[in-house]
Amino acid sequence: MRWGRRAAAVVAAADLPRTAIELRGVSHDYGERPVLRDVSLTLAEHRVGVVGANGSGKSTFARLLNGLVVPTEGAVLVDGLDTRTQLREVRRRVGFVFQDPDAQIVLPTVAEDAEFGLTNLGVPPEERARRVEEVLVRYGLAGHRDHPAHLLSGGQKQLLAIAGVLVMQPRRVVFDEPTTLLDLANTRRVARVVEELEQDVVVVTHHLDLLAGFDRVLVFEDGRVAADGAPAETVRWYVDRMS
Amino acid sequence: MTLSLYVPVASPVHRAPAGLKLGLLAALAVALFLVDRLPVAAGTLAAVLLAGLGAARIPGRTLLAQVRPVWPWLVVLLVFHLVVTDWHTGALVVLRLLTLVAAAAVVTATTRVTELVAVVEWLARPLALVGVRPARVGLVIAMTLRFVPLIAERAHRIREAQAARGATGMRWGVLVPLLIQVLRLAHTLGEALDARGADAPAPPPRRRAAASPP
Repeated sequence: MRWGRRAAAVVAAADLPRTAIELRGVSHDYGERPVLRDVSLTLAEHRVGVVGANGSGKSTFARLLNGLVVPTEGAVLVDGLDTRTQLREVRRRVGFVFQDPDAQIVLPTVAEDAEFGLTNLGVPPEERARRVEEVLVRYGLAGHRDHPAHLLSGGQKQLLAIAGVLVMQPRRVVFDEPTTLLDLANTRRVARVVEELEQDVVVVTHHLDLLAGFDRVLVFEDGRVAADGAPAETVRWYVDRMS
Repeated sequence: MTLSLYVPVASPVHRAPAGLKLGLLAALAVALFLVDRLPVAAGTLAAVLLAGLGAARIPGRTLLAQVRPVWPWLVVLLVFHLVVTDWHTGALVVLRLLTLVAAAAVVTATTRVTELVAVVEWLARPLALVGVRPARVGLVIAMTLRFVPLIAERAHRIREAQAARGATGMRWGVLVPLLIQVLRLAHTLGEALDARGADAPAPPPRRRAAASPP
């Protein structure tokens, strides 16, 4: 396995210009329950971490970034594209990795699932095969290419979920608690994958160690951004707050 | 439990088009029921096994694993015919079913799910006339193959959790928690499909190269 290799062509975003995601006065409710309240900020950093207690609104925040959730009020703009009206282009730019890979892996075998997003994008078969092979090699899954996905270990499933997103060459990838269901070894493995990505990333997590070396950390509390700054001081503030 | 039975080896049977294999399987099914001579039925079974174990290089235990679940039914059918009709009819029915199951196992072991789904999508193309997207039909079939084992695994986990807390023999007690889990899974799955572009329109058909001007 080649964990140390810097992003290969297949996983590099198209031309890798930095993305800027802007939230303008964003609020969101689930029925009568408000989950985000008047959030305004711009994400332009390479690596952004998001932490907060359960129910603080951080997963909803993550889902806003690629249009899985559209705000009840306000607007989310990805490189100027509104998630409400230009959803398809937004999703090409922003990939999303879910907490539970079992809910993200949709096709029976490893290679078929890795190829899924490319088929949806209309990528020609030869190009699909090339990109899938590269991404499977990169994440140590090439030996499992024809294996049933549900027989993979938890860590391998999460790597497949990540591969399935990266093969689509998004410019930014949002991870929603990618290590919550993993053991220590696989948590470290996924952390290293995130660390080595050339793409901009937003990582929602309860594993604070994951945020070492990030450029910015946001702390969510009751649907608002309660703290926003450099990882060391922001994480320390959050830990004190939770103590 | 697995519904993805592909055996990745290089063989002429693997390289044969999925549509051809499915067509031959369908033709075999029809032909077998026109045959009423035991030697011919037995010869057909031998030919299928030869194709699977020899030409397609499927391991014997893999083929056996696919056939094993139908053994009880074959025994029941044989006994039924011994009582109701005669041994010749019973043996013929058993041979027909065994041959079909083995042939289906050879097809699934030598054909990737995406290739099978592509055939289904091709067959479903006329449905486009009534507004059905063939690609969606194929996706539903592929996802069924992916999620049946996953849901079976979740049902097993619920049974274990119930047993760990002293509940035994609650076969129906699995249903409600399983339904809740499946609904949650379906919600996240819907989001995942959106995130991976499954809501995108089908790519435009490729234009054929324009004929060269004379």
